[in-house]
Amino acid sequence: MRISAPERAANYVILILFALVALAPIVTILGAALAPETPADAAAGGTLHWENFGRAWEQGRFGEYMRNSVVVALIVVSLSTVLSLMAGYAFGAFEFRGSQVLFYVFLVGIMVPSEAIVVPLFFDLQYLGLTNTVWAIALPQVAQSVAFGTYWMRAYFRGANRSIIEAARLDGAGHHRVLWQVLVPVARPALVTMVLLMFMWTWNEFLIPLVMSPNAQLRTAPLGLALFQGQYVQGTTLLAAGAVLVALPVVVLYLFLQRHFIQGMLEGAVRE
Amino acid sequence: MRGGRGRPAPVSVAGGVVTRTDDDARLPAPAPRRRSKYGLAPYGFLLPALLVYACFLLYPLGRAVQISLYDWDGLSLATFVGAANYVDVVTDPQLRAAFGHALVLIFYFAVLPLGIGLVLAALLTRARVRGLGFFRTVVFLPQVIAMVVVAVAWRQIYAPAGQLNTLLRAVGLDSLTRTWLGDFTLTLHAVGLIGSWVSTGLVTVLLMAGMSRVPGELYEAATIDGAGPVRTFLSITVPSVRAEIVVSLTLTIIAALKTFDLIYVTTAGGPGSTTTVPSFEVYRRAFELGEVGSAAAIAVVLTVLIFLINLAVNRIGEHER
Repeated sequence: MRISAPERAANYVILILFALVALAPIVTILGAALAPETPADAAAGGTLHWENFGRAWEQGRFGEYMRNSVVVALIVVSLSTVLSLMAGYAFGAFEFRGSQVLFYVFLVGIMVPSEAIVVPLFFDLQYLGLTNTVWAIALPQVAQSVAFGTYWMRAYFRGANRSIIEAARLDGAGHHRVLWQVLVPVARPALVTMVLLMFMWTWNEFLIPLVMSPNAQLRTAPLGLALFQGQYVQGTTLLAAGAVLVALPVVVLYLFLQRHFIQGMLEGAVRE
Repeated sequence: MRGGRGRPAPVSVAGGVVTRTDDDARLPAPAPRRRSKYGLAPYGFLLPALLVYACFLLYPLGRAVQISLYDWDGLSLATFVGAANYVDVVTDPQLRAAFGHALVLIFYFAVLPLGIGLVLAALLTRARVRGLGFFRTVVFLPQVIAMVVVAVAWRQIYAPAGQLNTLLRAVGLDSLTRTWLGDFTLTLHAVGLIGSWVSTGLVTVLLMAGMSRVPGELYEAATIDGAGPVRTFLSITVPSVRAEIVVSLTLTIIAALKTFDLIYVTTAGGPGSTTTVPSFEVYRRAFELGEVGSAAAIAVVLTVLIFLINLAVNRIGEHER
């Protein structure tokens, strides 16, 4: 395709314009996070005020919120990964009665929005005395992630080389050995993508932690940020620093592993 | 499940974006009345996942349907009211308004980004410019940032003394400055534009992937036939990425329907009730107003809508085959 120089220049202008629009709000919040918080800070000099992050971490309690988020994410991602691998292996490497129906049951779960399950879950878990615990926040998300993960891993094991599985079985490897020592090492790229997506969804989730911790004892990072905004009307600096902290883990992972993110988010939605 | 930014629903599209094939139609159906030769092993592998999934997703979903048939404040005894909560969804002006607002958001989350994405992706695919990788990374970035963070950032931009008004004053357009998030007619559109900002990158990247697979001969033939860039775009580019258009609309429409964090943080449904959306109404009624039955009914309607959209897309996908 040969295109003229003016058209090429115009394309670059459009590209840069859109990149700027995409980046502007992000740069805005970064700028606000690094601005001096008080006149004293401004007088102390320096253009970038990194101390804001320390203050958000301590005064804004973001340290505590981030720790909560890490705990929830660890539970959700590790449990969901193991369960999805096992279920995906069952669907992908076996033929058994009822597999079709059961698989469709899992597919339903991918479509159900959090809004639909959060109301009954809250009242049932409250009755069981489980609200305001990490399990009330984590387990519903494990269920959601397992629905997706089972679908994702099944597709992968389906496409995996059947002869590998058969050969391993003929060698007398048990099912667990076939799964964990033969298939999982081969499935690493698909596995990394799945883990990253699960981590991102769990880290960014808002509605479930909001509802499941009514006394706000167990705030995850996004929740802490939303409530911080209500508390500190004047403190946009600490609010912005908190926002940067909340976004940072996922953004850093994305910058290093963006192929996995983009591929996963586009592929996860499409079934040929 | 969390829409475009969340746990996605699988969409079946012919010639889709997938390299992996997963086609149920071509699988040998499991032989009836034939036990698996592995006995109970597959069931054992399935059981743990199924248990968590059944307890924390399937069972609550059934309970939501059950609760939606009652008038219940979450504390005292519930009264059976049949379909009254569902009739409310259609007749209650507050709820009709919320679904109406969702329609406006669909325009900003899905339709507008699709228009921008089509033009942008076509230009980029045609031009083969350098720095595409960097551009892709940047425009996709809004997709991975927590919606709460996005909302906090845009609140600052839209604030009375925020960047948007400052910018308008700097270029001498003082008359255009507004309280963007406190205006009875403007606010919904201001929030919608945040959705456009989030969606456009996803849609563009999806369409770029589709367009890169269009064979170059098609374009050459069009050039030889004397078709201009606009004509080529309309009669070759757009039809070639029909599948990707369908997928992107599905993801973004569902994301628009499930807007909660954004509204909660930016406007809380205000000013007045000009920016309420179904998802926010579910939360408000269940946990603030004590109308749990009504909240469950709205949630069920929302779920059914999402199912229908996915079903329609699957149908379209099969048609394309």
